[in-house]
Amino acid sequence: MSHNTAKQVNENQCQQCMPLGGVIAFKGIENAMVLVHGSQGCSTYMRLVNVEHYNEPVDIASSSLNEKQTIYGGEANLKKAIDNVLRVYQPGVLGVVTTCLAETMGEDLDRIVADYRKERGETGIDIIPVPTPSYSGSQTEGFWAATRAIIARYARATEKHDRINVIVPHISPADIREIRRLLDLMGCAYTLIPDYSLTLDRPAGGKYQKIPLGGTRTEDIARMPGAPLTIQFGETCPDELSPGRWLEQQFNVPLVNLPLPTGVEATDRFLLALQEFTGRPLPEALALERGWLLDGMADAHKYNAEGRAAIYGEPELVYAVVRLCAENGIAPAVIASGTRTSRLAACLEPVIANLDERPELLEETDFATIEAASLRAAVNLAIGHSGGKFFTERHGIPVVRMGFPIHDRIGGQRILIVGYAGSLSFLDRLTNSLLEAKYATYRERIRHQMGITGGI
Amino acid sequence: MEDLCTQPLTGPAACISERAGSVMTAGKSKSGIHCSDDSLAGAVSQRACVFCGARVVLNPVTDAVHLVHGPIGCATYTWDIRGSLSSGPEMYRNSFSTDMKERDVVFGGEKKLAACIDEIVEKYHPPAIFVYATCVTGMIGDDIIAVSKAARSRHGIDVIPVESSGFISGNKVVGYRAAALALMQLITPKDGETVAPTRDLNFLGEYNLGGETWLIKRYLKEMGIGINVAFTGDSTVAALKRAPGACLNLVQCTGSMHWVALQLEKTFGTPFMDINFFGAENTAESLRKIARFYNDPTITARTEALIEREMTRIRPVIKRYREKLAGKRAAIYVGGAYKAIAIIRQLRELGMEIVLTGTQTGNKEEYAEISSLLDENAIVVDDTNPAEIERFLLEMKVDVMAGGVKERVLAYKLGVGFVDHNHDRKECLAGFDGAVRFAKEVYLTTCTPVWKYTTGTFPGRT
Repeated sequence: MSHNTAKQVNENQCQQCMPLGGVIAFKGIENAMVLVHGSQGCSTYMRLVNVEHYNEPVDIASSSLNEKQTIYGGEANLKKAIDNVLRVYQPGVLGVVTTCLAETMGEDLDRIVADYRKERGETGIDIIPVPTPSYSGSQTEGFWAATRAIIARYARATEKHDRINVIVPHISPADIREIRRLLDLMGCAYTLIPDYSLTLDRPAGGKYQKIPLGGTRTEDIARMPGAPLTIQFGETCPDELSPGRWLEQQFNVPLVNLPLPTGVEATDRFLLALQEFTGRPLPEALALERGWLLDGMADAHKYNAEGRAAIYGEPELVYAVVRLCAENGIAPAVIASGTRTSRLAACLEPVIANLDERPELLEETDFATIEAASLRAAVNLAIGHSGGKFFTERHGIPVVRMGFPIHDRIGGQRILIVGYAGSLSFLDRLTNSLLEAKYATYRERIRHQMGITGGI
Repeated sequence: MEDLCTQPLTGPAACISERAGSVMTAGKSKSGIHCSDDSLAGAVSQRACVFCGARVVLNPVTDAVHLVHGPIGCATYTWDIRGSLSSGPEMYRNSFSTDMKERDVVFGGEKKLAACIDEIVEKYHPPAIFVYATCVTGMIGDDIIAVSKAARSRHGIDVIPVESSGFISGNKVVGYRAAALALMQLITPKDGETVAPTRDLNFLGEYNLGGETWLIKRYLKEMGIGINVAFTGDSTVAALKRAPGACLNLVQCTGSMHWVALQLEKTFGTPFMDINFFGAENTAESLRKIARFYNDPTITARTEALIEREMTRIRPVIKRYREKLAGKRAAIYVGGAYKAIAIIRQLRELGMEIVLTGTQTGNKEEYAEISSLLDENAIVVDDTNPAEIERFLLEMKVDVMAGGVKERVLAYKLGVGFVDHNHDRKECLAGFDGAVRFAKEVYLTTCTPVWKYTTGTFPGRT
């Protein structure tokens, strides 16, 4: 593994900015709206990238700071922005995430929000500020920081109960729905956070709601400290940002940190953890799905063995996909993230230790670096978000799209990679991409190798 | 608190009372519209920022490097953002960032910026680098002018600072000016350099979305006129430097390029004219206007032949769409007024009624022109937001909307058709062929079978 530290310029970005992750987390809370404290462009860009990915209206307010406030402070604008958001959206929760600009100005959000409460009296909404300057992290850190701040805002010492806590990383609404289905099938009561499975993927029909229905209920969050267990799909999440770790430290809720249930091993681990808790056997429906996954893995293993993949994106997703590749004989030749986390390398070590070939790991990297490493490693498959489009455009390498953002294909919100069934449909996409390339080129390749130019 | 959004729409009303002046009714409002101001905090404006305005204008310069000096997001969100096509270099489709971290914000980012420029020059040897300022670099006072100047003399290439700190304004027009200044700096001949005059023209405010520059170039070629360079669709640094050699400047996107045209007239004495190639009538008028400038009987004859041939070809196609679309109700919300005006005219040619027109950046004169074009009771709106759009679309029973990505998803949710008329579209909407494409898009989205299902319910018991 190597890190490129000398390079200064970032050429084609592999990550989004920190407040964007905060926005997503707030979109997973019931009746929540989110406000970005900064200049107008920040909120508009985040809306744009979310709209393109989720194919949903994703309203994000801005305090619309301009030159004058940048010099004299953005307090008045922020308060006015809160007023206007309350007027139009009438949310129960208002997340306020900061930007590079607000943090550089040194805006004291906690004080401004406290003042606002004092001045306006009882507004009936909870305002939750989260500092998210992009020079301190990517969307991944923003997502964890906001999720943790939301839990910290509502969590109360409460009587023990049997609803387990489930904390998910930045995955697709379809993935959240599948995790919920697995929990339901295992007979678990749970509080899942942040749950944007409906809010960022709302079905058509009914009256249009400015704040979509769905999301984790704040009264459920308040009771999370009484849970018997927290399952967090966040092995790569550092402790200082970890919502599950916070619940463990503050309220002694045991934390089980698991990889996302992608692939047979990780899904087994998740269901095993649930089984240990409920004592119930694996339901027949899931036993069948597991069987179909294994059958599919056997059918595809020789094709998959020809795969050499570049896997890039947010750490938790990258980790999950590397595991899936490793258990199916696809070589994870290049593993890359625009984010740097202290944990990814350690998480990956046992997965890649026994591979025939040592993968190249690139953290806090850009696509110029990923592209160069991938060409050196002769990858024939890329797995990640739309930022990797140049793999195909420039080098003819297929990209299997997953993660965030997907802006050049439809259905980013429906990309499924978890559970036995989800893993199989995702694995089929990987295998079929390899096969598509193979069938398109093998006749010509063999003719060329054999030096055949005309008829014999 | 009052919720104006849930009250019935009796005359134009904004959801937030402070925005009342930004909404008016054509033929009724006496005082004119409130516009060209900063966005209201918390109103969920559809506008972007100064940096965005500057980058969308400059980004189509195909062989230049676009280096964003700031934390990562600004570069991420504007990477390959336009649908501008290139006939050669692809450098512009990359996004370079100095990726400022906390340390750089505290201690200043000038050294890192200089190092990034050096790296880029060593790796790519580009003819020019545009260095964009962002909120943070403006705030901490990094001197991008000095760093750019030093890099210019170090490497002997154009390193052009673009003063586009986002917080200066939420109005992209301010960013257009920053880009215009950068362009003027690039194209103004250095001491001792001269550009030979030609009979070719420059095409300002044209970004080659879906190959639109190429289509117009084909028309002009047929008329016997050459394009010197377009600002900035499919342009190169070398071609832009030849800009002073043109005999005429056409201005299409006036918001971004009117000021540049004035500067070119002042500096090089080049006259300019406003033209518009969106819509068949606009295209025909614009071609005639250009031909008149050249005042050459051969050019005039060729122009008339071209218009006659193209109009004859597309008239029956447009007529077929018109039969399907006549009487349908349309809404428009786009970035600039010139585009809104062109779309009004095109929708009219399709027999449609325009019930709402708005822009992000229009000025008072432009809004006056817009309302003079519209029927009485049509709504005109500046810098609107999702809550208002939702209300307008529903209460005015809109069938189809023209606008950008953020409006599209809302329209679809409400069962309203949508035509993308933004800068990331992939289709050519200019010229005679573009008029057909536009009519086709309006038709296929307004009359799709899909709306029948999305607005219906399960036929059995639920």
